[in-house]
Amino acid sequence: MQTRTLKYNLGKITAIISTFLGLFSFLGCSQPTNVETALDTKVLHFGLGAEPQHLDPHLATSVAAHNILSALLEGLVSEDPKSLKPRPGVAERWEISEDGKTYIFYLRKNAQWSNGDPLTAHDFVYSFRRILNPGLGAQYASMLHPLQNAKAYNHGEMTWEQAKVGATAVNDHILKLSLEYPIPYFLELLNHYSWFPVHRPTIEKYGAFEKIGTPWTKPGNFVGNGPFKFIDHQINSVIEVGANDRYWDASVVQLKGIRFYPIEAVDTEERAYRSGFLHLTQSVSADRIEFLKEKYPKELHFEPYLGTYFYRFNLRSPPFDDLRVRKAFSLAIDRQRLVDKVLKGGQTPATTFTPPGTGGFVPKPQFYYDPAEARELLNSYLTEKSLDSLPPIELTYNTSDGHKKVAEALHGMWKEVLGVEIRLLNMEWKVFLSTISKGEFSLARAGWIGDYVDPHTFLQMWRTGEGLNMTGWSNQSYDQALRKAESTKSAMERHKSFQSCEDLLAKECPIIPLYFYVHLTLRHPTVQGWHPTLLDHHPYKYVYLEKEVATP
Amino acid sequence: MKKVVLSRILQAIPTLWVIATVTFFMTRYAPGGPFDSEKAIPQEIKVKLESHFGLDRPLAEQYLLYLKNLLQGDLGPSFKYPGWEVSELIATAFPISLTLGALSLVIALLIGLPVGIIAALRKNSWLDYLPMSLSMAGICLPTFVLGPLLIYVFSTQLSLLPPLGWYGPADWVLPSFTLGLFYAAYIARLTRAGMLEALQQDYVRTAIAKGASSFRVVTKHALRGGLLPVITYLGPAFAGLISGSFVIESVFFIPGLGKFFVTAAFNRDYTMVLGTVLFYASLIILLNLLVDLLQAWLDPKARQL
Amino acid sequence: MSLENSSSLGKDAWLRLKANRMAMLSLWVLVAMAVLSVVGPVLSPYSYDEQNLDRVFHGPCNEHLFGTDNLGRDLFTRATYGGRISLAVGLLATIVSLIIGVTYGMTAGYAGSKTDAWMMRSVDVLYSLPFTIFVILLMVLFGRNFLLLFLAIGAVEWLTMARITRAQTINLKKTEFIEAARALGYSHWRILFRHLLPNLVGPIIVYATLTVPSVMLLEAVLSFLGLGVQAPLSSWGSLIKEGADKMDAAPWLLFFPGIFFCMTLFALNFLGDGLRDALDPKSSKE
Repeated sequence: MQTRTLKYNLGKITAIISTFLGLFSFLGCSQPTNVETALDTKVLHFGLGAEPQHLDPHLATSVAAHNILSALLEGLVSEDPKSLKPRPGVAERWEISEDGKTYIFYLRKNAQWSNGDPLTAHDFVYSFRRILNPGLGAQYASMLHPLQNAKAYNHGEMTWEQAKVGATAVNDHILKLSLEYPIPYFLELLNHYSWFPVHRPTIEKYGAFEKIGTPWTKPGNFVGNGPFKFIDHQINSVIEVGANDRYWDASVVQLKGIRFYPIEAVDTEERAYRSGFLHLTQSVSADRIEFLKEKYPKELHFEPYLGTYFYRFNLRSPPFDDLRVRKAFSLAIDRQRLVDKVLKGGQTPATTFTPPGTGGFVPKPQFYYDPAEARELLNSYLTEKSLDSLPPIELTYNTSDGHKKVAEALHGMWKEVLGVEIRLLNMEWKVFLSTISKGEFSLARAGWIGDYVDPHTFLQMWRTGEGLNMTGWSNQSYDQALRKAESTKSAMERHKSFQSCEDLLAKECPIIPLYFYVHLTLRHPTVQGWHPTLLDHHPYKYVYLEKEVATP
Repeated sequence: MKKVVLSRILQAIPTLWVIATVTFFMTRYAPGGPFDSEKAIPQEIKVKLESHFGLDRPLAEQYLLYLKNLLQGDLGPSFKYPGWEVSELIATAFPISLTLGALSLVIALLIGLPVGIIAALRKNSWLDYLPMSLSMAGICLPTFVLGPLLIYVFSTQLSLLPPLGWYGPADWVLPSFTLGLFYAAYIARLTRAGMLEALQQDYVRTAIAKGASSFRVVTKHALRGGLLPVITYLGPAFAGLISGSFVIESVFFIPGLGKFFVTAAFNRDYTMVLGTVLFYASLIILLNLLVDLLQAWLDPKARQL
Repeated sequence: MSLENSSSLGKDAWLRLKANRMAMLSLWVLVAMAVLSVVGPVLSPYSYDEQNLDRVFHGPCNEHLFGTDNLGRDLFTRATYGGRISLAVGLLATIVSLIIGVTYGMTAGYAGSKTDAWMMRSVDVLYSLPFTIFVILLMVLFGRNFLLLFLAIGAVEWLTMARITRAQTINLKKTEFIEAARALGYSHWRILFRHLLPNLVGPIIVYATLTVPSVMLLEAVLSFLGLGVQAPLSSWGSLIKEGADKMDAAPWLLFFPGIFFCMTLFALNFLGDGLRDALDPKSSKE
């Protein structure tokens, strides 16, 4: 009797297991990867790295948002895919005045929105007004401050009518922009999404002129003028765009669509890439570089990226209120070793704050490694204050494996050279930002990616009272030099002023630049028309998918 | 029966109110806010953002406003995803977690029950020790290890299954299997223990002594007793599955409610946190009620409670 | 459950336990793990946070018994040191849940009627909280604090302990033993702690042994979310997490901490089962 039960149960189990295996094999047989099917569907599968917070170009602030907005919208100018030099966008040509303060843009007559509405100069004026409107509270409104009186209007000092902000629609197809001071990189600035146009009827329909959190940016409602239109948005899952045949240059666009996957965990993203799910990843974990170099040598790319990774001091409280301690900490870091042994991504040690070569500016290297000098400086401080050792110091960073690695490496270096043991404190992003902006830190991790290819985007951070400063450092000469650079058109003059800024940063050391970013990414060989650029901008209209032809 | 249901529902209301209040104040007193941003915005802009969402009003006022909206079924807008309502997001995310949970539970039962039954029937033999040890492994191996392992084998190496996402039925296999194995282990152990205890009961021994076939004994008597602990476990297990699924959702990139919750907590998306917590709590209360009812139906002794 | 003189009960239970081979093996494994965690880092020539950037991702070799990690730190030292953290968290959190749960359950069971009803009502209510969620919320909101970590985890587990204790207390309350104590005029406190508690030790130990593994798993999940201990400290959970993502390139990073973790959990579970069998011979084994 017991045998029968046993056989019955064994039979049950075998049946179940075979069903599973059968199910597996059935599902298994029909699984071509995304990358394989994409050669037919012409859909690009893009690892976005994070869910974009805003898809409203006037409210967006992140790289993820940029990646999507550059598909859905287009500004006055567009960019060359290799050099990022300005190319005609909505404007087919332009004229610049002698003094560099007036620009006239001639918009193309066939420019239209994705719903067929014509795109005119009035749309641009309306859009600029919106982002500068103090009621909206747009964070990147400052990008438009070069326009005459834009700053005054944005800070609520004048109304729009009083300010006569330097943006006028001469007629439907001619836009005139007047600047406060000449800016050599002005046309490149226009590629930033803060300058992108928005569709007035849609904004007004949802009452979004001054209100945040309206649903105008959802797929069914969004109207754009870019090479792609908004198809679907499933939060934390996928954002889908499809080719926009109303785009003026639609004949050039070869991709039929792009699917963006907001995968945050870099290891998950890598697994996705290696399983043929993604064409491109947003980043690569430093730990995996050796392994990937070996297994995917042609697909791992190290691309120069305009950004500096650094640490901020808090000058408001000891011991970093003393220059000697700051310099000691900076001199104790072997940046080359950090880059070679810890990061291994081909990054360059940062001997200045501005990456060399930015807009033709090559600053003198002034941050270096000198453990002996470091020890000397620290000892002189300790002796003077009659201390045996420094009070406990905390290094704050936002939670991430990458930042953790750097922090741990520096912890080791400071221990080794200075005999100082710092405490590592990680907190997640929101808490981190709040803590830093409140000044509740001693030493904090930071990074800055340039918004445009000019030293100004880096050096303007350290102006007195600048929101991004947060170190408590203030220097009149620095502010003066910066103002000088802003008021002249001459490249030589500007670079001289910028060099003075760099000199002051090196002398006073309110920050420790560590290295210059390299954009690490995995990219499938079938992705063509994709070129490494300093700002990591890749105009999708030139991208296409094709099996790589073997070169003889 | 009706009295039980009614009293539970009445009990639920103050419970949910307490949970809402505790969570509300906990999130507000915690450091960091939803509008601390990347570019370290100037104070005026931050104030502007906060006023858009009513965060500049006094805390008590915000609290009362929140309760008022809650009673009307309005969970508020999400701070992290402007333009989206919390209820909208929960409505898209929950069915996903539910499907994942249900599939995992089915797999867990399909594997765990037979294994536990056989182990009990063939006690102290290899059919007992081997599966029980394997199931122990299932309990001791965290899902964030098993998951990547399975992905590596079935997706990266063999290209049999997709590595992540929740876009089609093929995506359901690996995640529910990973989670299912974990719960199968627990279920196997519970079934075995329950069956063994049932087999010791007098009424079962009597039945065997009276000559009833072993098979009949197993299915009719012992199984009922054996299933009891499993069912008691099912309620909290299912609730745990749904609210604890964030590890799986992270590893497999599934847009389920667990993922939304953790993201909301990290981003101080107050309304989303509150909405999710209340939703989960209501769910668990409901599940516990169902489980108790089921239990009462199955076990005559418990009916008296 | 018989209420013989505790020492002979203990002796009987111990003999039964000794006869259970799996349970004894588990006990030895646990002892070994504990010893290793304490002694390992001391014996090792490296410290757990000592980096050697030239020796990154080395497999097991002469200088490094278990290999090195992404910063060239010795895995053996980190794995054994991690044992200290994981075991400490497991033990401390369980103790927290024990103290709260037992006190609560005993009081409820002993007091009876209205008080009992209210107390258990509250437990029922608390049971409906998605506790893991609260732990995460707590850790996210209030930062990484070792104390907060095991307080939060301990707070998750006490409910079931309270229920078990209460049930047992109710059973014990009805016995002549306790009634005699009451008749003799002993104070409630004395009865609770000198008479009831010793007889609850059995189920308490069993449950505690079975709680530790789930606490350790919860800690591992928190590490996965980045809410565990701060770098450069590490627990088995955080080591396993790091190892899981690199298992194709550096499998030893997963293997060694994983083995430690699994063996400990295995042992705890088997020991708990064995203790349950030893202390209550009516269940299962014949």
